[in-house]
Amino acid sequence: MASANVLGPELVESEQSSGRADGSERSAFWWYLARKIITALISLFVVLVIGFVLFTIMPQNPIESIARASGKPMDAAQLAALRKSLGLDEPIWQRFGIYVWHSITLHLGYSYGYNQSVASLVLPRIGPTLLLTGSSTLISIVLGLWLGSKAGWRPGRWLDRIASGTSLVFWSVPTFWLGLILLIVLGTGVGPIPTLFPSGGMTTPGFSGGPVGTVLDVAWHLALPCLTLVLVVFAQYVTIMRSSLVDELGSPYLLTARAKGLRDDDVLRKHALPNALLPTVTVIFLQIGGLISGAITVETVFSWPGLGLLTYDALKIPDLELLQGTFVMFSASIIAMNLVADLLYRVIDPRVRAQ
Amino acid sequence: MTATTQAPSRVINRGTPPRTQALRNFSAAYVRNAWGMIGLVVLLAFTIMALTAPLWIHDSDLSAAAATGPLLAPPQHGYPLGTDQPGRSVLLLLIYGSRPSLAIGVIATIATVVIGAAIGLIAGHYQGMVSNILMRVTDWFIALPGLPLAISLSVVLGQGPVSITVAIAITSWTGAARLVRAQTLAVEARPYIERARALGAGNTQIMIRHVLPNVMPLILVSSTLTVAGAILSETTLTFLGLGNPTDVSWGSMINQAFTQGAVTAGAWWYVLPPGLAIVVVVLGFTLVGRAVEAILNPRMVNR
Amino acid sequence: MSLLAVEDLAVTYQTGGDDVRAVRGVDFSLEPGQTLGIAGESGSGKSTTVLSLLRLLPASASVTGTVRFKGEDLAQAKWSRIRAVRWAEASVVFQGAMSALNPVRTIGEQIREPILLHEKVGEREARARTADLLDSVGVSAQRAAAYPHELSGGQRQRVMIAMALACKPELIIADEPTTALDVIVQAQILGLLTDLVAESSIGMIMISHDLSVLSSVCDRLAVMYAGKIIEIGPSKQLITEPQHPYTKALAGAFPTIGDPASRLAPSGLAGDPPDLRGDLVGCPFEPRCPVSMDQCKTTEVTLWPAGPERESACLRVLP
Repeated sequence: MASANVLGPELVESEQSSGRADGSERSAFWWYLARKIITALISLFVVLVIGFVLFTIMPQNPIESIARASGKPMDAAQLAALRKSLGLDEPIWQRFGIYVWHSITLHLGYSYGYNQSVASLVLPRIGPTLLLTGSSTLISIVLGLWLGSKAGWRPGRWLDRIASGTSLVFWSVPTFWLGLILLIVLGTGVGPIPTLFPSGGMTTPGFSGGPVGTVLDVAWHLALPCLTLVLVVFAQYVTIMRSSLVDELGSPYLLTARAKGLRDDDVLRKHALPNALLPTVTVIFLQIGGLISGAITVETVFSWPGLGLLTYDALKIPDLELLQGTFVMFSASIIAMNLVADLLYRVIDPRVRAQ
Repeated sequence: MTATTQAPSRVINRGTPPRTQALRNFSAAYVRNAWGMIGLVVLLAFTIMALTAPLWIHDSDLSAAAATGPLLAPPQHGYPLGTDQPGRSVLLLLIYGSRPSLAIGVIATIATVVIGAAIGLIAGHYQGMVSNILMRVTDWFIALPGLPLAISLSVVLGQGPVSITVAIAITSWTGAARLVRAQTLAVEARPYIERARALGAGNTQIMIRHVLPNVMPLILVSSTLTVAGAILSETTLTFLGLGNPTDVSWGSMINQAFTQGAVTAGAWWYVLPPGLAIVVVVLGFTLVGRAVEAILNPRMVNR
Repeated sequence: MSLLAVEDLAVTYQTGGDDVRAVRGVDFSLEPGQTLGIAGESGSGKSTTVLSLLRLLPASASVTGTVRFKGEDLAQAKWSRIRAVRWAEASVVFQGAMSALNPVRTIGEQIREPILLHEKVGEREARARTADLLDSVGVSAQRAAAYPHELSGGQRQRVMIAMALACKPELIIADEPTTALDVIVQAQILGLLTDLVAESSIGMIMISHDLSVLSSVCDRLAVMYAGKIIEIGPSKQLITEPQHPYTKALAGAFPTIGDPASRLAPSGLAGDPPDLRGDLVGCPFEPRCPVSMDQCKTTEVTLWPAGPERESACLRVLP
C-alpha cells in the first residue's frame, strides 16, 4: 500500500514505544508490591509505637487500674509482685522492645478483667465481626453501586435527587441510634408491630437445629445489625459511585461509543462504568475505617459477640490490656485494607500498571 | 466590537474595599441558595435554643433525684415528649442536652482546624524534607482507626468532655491538613508570592498575610463539615459511656435509654427525639457547608 | 442520487434560560467518493452540524431540517434505524489524541466492538479483520493488545481511522482529525485519509479550523460563521481567490506549507464571534468586517453565486 512508505519511520517508532517485554512489567509489579508491603509494615510499627505510648506510658497508675479491673483486693506484697512481673521499673526501651516482640508473636498481653490472655479473648471474636462487616460491606457495595450508577448516569433527574438526598440523610444519622430504633421497632416491637427479629446476640440460647438450622438462626440474628450497618454505609457508596460516574459523563470516548451505534445501557455498562469503578473501588476499601467504627457501635447495641462488643466491654471496666489488643487488631485490619486498595488499583487500572 | 454586550453579574461599587465587597457578594449568593438557608435557619434555631436554655430550665428539671413526673411515661399532658426512668421531662432534657453536643462539636472543630491548618500550612510552605516528614506523619494518622483510637484516648485520659474533645481533634485533623497543604501549594505557585519574597517578606509573613487569607474560604467550608462529623463522634463516644456521667447530653440520653432498659421497655419517646435532634443538627451543618462550597467553588456545583 | 443531502438544518440548544441557536439553516450535499471540508472558528457550528447528522448531540439540542442519507431522512428516522446506520454506513473519526478512546480497553477490543455489533461474524473473524485494519493504517497488528495510553498521538489517530473503517461505511466524518498533532504526523495522517478515501470511494466530510489542511485533502470547501455557511466552492479556488471577507481573513491566518511568502503575512482577525442566543440582524460578520458597508447591518444575507460552482454570502458579490 502506498501509505506504508510514508509511515516508515513511524513504524519503527511504534515498535520502540511498545518497549519492554512482558518480563519487565512483571518485575515492576513485584517491586511495587514490595514497596507497598514495606510501607504497610512501617505503618504497623508506628501503630505499635502509638499503642505503646497510649497504653503503657500515658496511664498514671497502671497497678491500681489493674487491681480495679481484676476486682480482687490486693495487699502491698501482691501489688509489688505484680509490679515486678510487669517489668514496670525497667527502662522504657527495654519495655518497648519486649512489647514489640510480644506483639509480633501475638502475645497480646493479659486481661485482668477477664482473667485470661488477651489473645484468647480476641481470637474467637474475629469470626463474628468478619461475618457482620463482610456481609454488610457486600450488600452495601451491590446496593450502593447499583443506585449510584443509576443516579450518576442521569444527574439532576428525580432518581438522582432522591438518591443524593437519602445518602445525605443517612450520613447524618448516628449508627448506634439507628440500630436502637430498628431494635425497638422490629426487635422488641412497638404498638401494633410484633417482634420480628431477636433483640440481640448471634444465636438463640439453647438452640439445636443442626447445621442448616444454625445457619438460619445466625442469619436471623444477623438481619438487624446488618441492616443497620448497610443503611449507614451504602449511602457513602452511592455518593462515591455517583460522583465518579458524573466525572466520566463528559468524556469523549462515550461519544465515540454512541457513534458506534451502541444502545444507551451498553454505553453505560461497557464504557462508562468500568472507568467510573476504578476510583470507586479504591475509595470503598479506604473507607473501611468508618465501617469498623460502625461495627463497634452496632455490635454494642445488638450484643453481637464480636471485637466491637469486646471493645465496649473493655472500656467499661476499663481493661487497658484488652483495649490495647483490640486497638492493634483494628489498626492492623485498616492497614491491610489500605494495602489491598493500593494493589487493587494498580491491578485494575491499565494506565497505572505501566509504572 | 461584539454584537451584544453582556450585563455584569455583580454590581461593582467603586470605593468599597475588595474584602467587604467579596463578603457582600458572598452573602447575596448565599441567600439565594435555598438549602443553605434552611440549614442556616436550623442552626440558628438550635444555637439560640442552646444558649438560652439555662435561663428557663432549672437544675430541678435536670436532676434525677428531684424529678416529680411519672416514671418512663409516654407523651401526655404536661410532658410533650414523655418522661425518662427517674421521671424527668424528656423535652427539657432534649433542649438542655443540645449544649454539650454543640459546644464540644464546635470546640473540637476549632482544635482540629487549627492543628490541621498549621500542619498543612507548614508542610505546603516549607516543602522539601519538612513537608515529607509531616505528610508521612499524616499518612500514619490516617491509618489509625478513628473510633478505637478515640475510645482508647478517652479511657486513658479519663472520662469527660475534655478527653472527648482531644480524642476528636486527634482523629480528625488529617483531613484539614491535606486540604490546606494542597491549597498552600497552589497559592504559593502564584507570581505575587514570588514578588513578596523578592521584596524581603519572611516565611511567617508570607504564610500569615498572603497564604492564610486565600486558604480561609476553604477552611471555612471544611470546618462546617468537620463540625457535623465532630458532633456525630461526640454523641457516639458519649453513648459508649465515655462522657461525664452527670452531664445531660443527647448521647447520654440515648446511653441511659440503652443501659437502663428503656429499649426493651419499648420507650420510643425517650430514644427517638435525641437522635432526631442529632440528625437535624448534623444535616444543618452539612447543608450550610455544601452551600458555602457551591458558592466558593462553582465548578463543583453539579457533583 | 447524492450520498448525503442536507437541507435547512438548524440546531438549537435549550440550556436553562436561553436558547442558543448554534446552527441556523445549513444546506449542502455530498456525492460518493467526494470530499467536503468544513472550516470555521470555534463556535461557528461546524462540529454541531456534523454531529447532528447522526443525531449525536445531547438531549438538550433540538434539530430541524432534512438529512437525506442515501435517500432516507435521518432526521425523522427511528432510533433503532439510527443505531443501525451509525458506524455501519456512516462513521466518525474523532480527535484520537484526546480521550476519544476508552482508556481501560485495548484498542483491539475497541475496533472489534462495532464489527461484532453490526455484522454477524464471530470473534475470530473480527480479530482477523482488526489485524487487517491496523495494517492498512500503518500500525503493527501486534499492537491490538495495547491500551490507548501506550500509543503515541499519531498512532492513536491511526487507530481511530482504522476503527472508523471497521464496518466499511460509505460516509466518514472526520472531526478535527489532525488538530493536536505535529506537522509531520499531520501530513502522514492526511495522506492516509486521502489514499483510503480514493481507494474505496468513500464520501468524506472533514472539519477543521485550519484551511490549509482542508485544502490539501478536500475537493470542496464550506466556510461556516455564526451557524451558517458563508462561502462554499472548490477548495483550491476558494483559498486562492476567496470571495467572502471572512474567508480572506482565514486564508491569511494560516501559512501554506510550501509557500514561504504566506508565513510572513498572517492576518489575525480582531473581535469575537457574535452571541448566538438571539436573532441576528443583517450580516453576522459585519462587526468584524474590514470592508463592511452600511447596508450590511440591515440586509439579510444568503448564499449568492460568486463564480463557477461557487457561492458566497456577501453583499459585495452581488452585481
